[in-house]
Amino acid sequence: MKSKRMKLLALPYLVWMVGFIVIPLLLVCFYGFTDQSGSFTLENIAEILVRENYRPLCLALLLSAVSTAICFLAAFPLALILRSRKIGRGSFAAFLFILPMWMNSLLRILAWQTLLERKGVLNGILTALHLPGQRLINTPYAIILGMVYDFLPFMILPIYNTLSKIDDNTINAAYDLGASIPTTIFRVILPLSVPGIVSGVTMVFVPALTTFAISDILGGGKIFLIGNVIEQEFVLNSNWNLGSALSMVLMLFIILSMALLSRYDSGEGAMF
Amino acid sequence: MRKASALYLFSLCLLSVFLGLFLSSCGKSAEKEEKEQGGENVVNVYNWGEYIDPEVISLFEKESGIHVVYDLFQTNEEMYPVIEAGAVRYDAVCPSDYIIQKMMKNGLLRELDYDRIPNIREIGEEYERMCAEFDPGNRYAVPYTCGTVGIIYNKGMLDALGVPYPTKWADLWDPRLKGEILMQDSVRDAFMVALKKDGSSMNTVEDQELDRARDELIRQKPLVQAYVVDQVRDKMIGGEAAVGVIYSGEMLYIQGEVEGSGMDLEYVIPEEGTNLWMDGWVIPKNAPHWENAEKWINFLCRPDIAKKNFEYITYTTPNEGAYRLLDKSYTENKALFPDMGELLKKGEVYRYLGEAEEAKYNKRWKTVKVS
Repeated sequence: MKSKRMKLLALPYLVWMVGFIVIPLLLVCFYGFTDQSGSFTLENIAEILVRENYRPLCLALLLSAVSTAICFLAAFPLALILRSRKIGRGSFAAFLFILPMWMNSLLRILAWQTLLERKGVLNGILTALHLPGQRLINTPYAIILGMVYDFLPFMILPIYNTLSKIDDNTINAAYDLGASIPTTIFRVILPLSVPGIVSGVTMVFVPALTTFAISDILGGGKIFLIGNVIEQEFVLNSNWNLGSALSMVLMLFIILSMALLSRYDSGEGAMF
Repeated sequence: MRKASALYLFSLCLLSVFLGLFLSSCGKSAEKEEKEQGGENVVNVYNWGEYIDPEVISLFEKESGIHVVYDLFQTNEEMYPVIEAGAVRYDAVCPSDYIIQKMMKNGLLRELDYDRIPNIREIGEEYERMCAEFDPGNRYAVPYTCGTVGIIYNKGMLDALGVPYPTKWADLWDPRLKGEILMQDSVRDAFMVALKKDGSSMNTVEDQELDRARDELIRQKPLVQAYVVDQVRDKMIGGEAAVGVIYSGEMLYIQGEVEGSGMDLEYVIPEEGTNLWMDGWVIPKNAPHWENAEKWINFLCRPDIAKKNFEYITYTTPNEGAYRLLDKSYTENKALFPDMGELLKKGEVYRYLGEAEEAKYNKRWKTVKVS
């Protein structure tokens, strides 16, 4: 009787998952495998082999991989520092890093546009210091910057969470046994924080790979990532079939990367 | 077990109550709408946002005693299916040239009775000719606003670069302007520039001409700072770029913004000819109050009303009566009131090409954006 009631409590989630995850996914698959008249075809999937489609995909993979790496390099030391603080102060600092997420991410990216523009704030400072102005906006670097800025909290939080769960005694034991600080970090702390790193990498890499707003705003419409291609197929060309097929290919890449990562994950997901 | 089924029943009840409320509210609003549409003395107007002086509406209501039900749309593409489906019936709609043509072709429009719109005589002859490009014989549409697409340039920045002021589309391929060009981020506008540059029609469906235009746009891409739409205006005001492709309607606002700042922004209509666009009033075939719609259109064509509207929306008015009433500072502005006779020789109006032909443009545009 108890289990029946528990099942009933799960009903809203079931409805949610079926209605907003499973059915839409099936619809995407349906569109991806059919043509405009509704008959089965693999042509749309094969479209990924066309230069116009695989180039944006490769570029998106490259840019999101670079941003994920930068995010990790920035987040791991920070999480270490936060961990070493007293509990109250550490979580306050973590809170500060989440604070920007209270604002709309599009707004924040638009703000970067104003900062990076030729007559923008950054170049204004450079000019005031009599340094040559830089061309920052509308380059792949601007897009990487936008991705790193937007997704960095998603890397910090899980890593910080796993790090703060590591028992101090483990680290002290490493020191007692004569390990230097670098050795402790690389041989003890890093392996223990892998679950956090894995979820951090996933949470940065996946949205970075699929974004179209960041590349649109900071790339000046000149740099097309796979997200932009899919968006255009839906919005401009009204070709839902091709758009869905390309989304499926993109999903394949995401699943692949997650499968790759899960080999390093010991299984205890450490999201928050 | 019993408890569980009670909970089940409860949630079912809740659901049905919600559904019932939802449906009844739907029914109510539909009824209300029916009243608004079917009521005796109203006119249902469907227009762009910010596209009329609100005072004009109240003036019309006062003078004619007809109640105006006013709805807005943002794009032609959003408006079209609403009219096509016919679920909401409008009496007067104000779409753009190529969509008017599409509506006409698909039999969605009602022929106008000019005896009942005497103020039509105020519309300039050249503008009627322009309108006839998409509405042969001027049977369905009354011109409301129009304009051109041209090049806006920053004199100071071009002087600093040592580049002469642009006079033609081909000047946007000048390698000295690397990183200084703002292009329109929409298929037809971008291709219009490349097609017109080489003397093709901007309504072409020839593969060869489109391929050439595509290659030209790819050749231009390294020179382009960004592909943007509305931001051309703000970026030019901010001094971000030296030249940009822009709609003439923006110029009055821009010139007002930079006045007194020492920045000199000019507008030029390129020699090779350009896109002439026009928005006009039409009456859908299923309009319940087409007589009122004709009164509405007639009212908008009255010179003093057209003048009032112009001063609010600042897009070129085809109304010559209003033009005569306008201040010199407006009428001498070449961006607002160019020499129409000269323009019509080389200028063109977008035509509706059909889905298959438009796909040709979209496919090539994607290649440009990706390369």
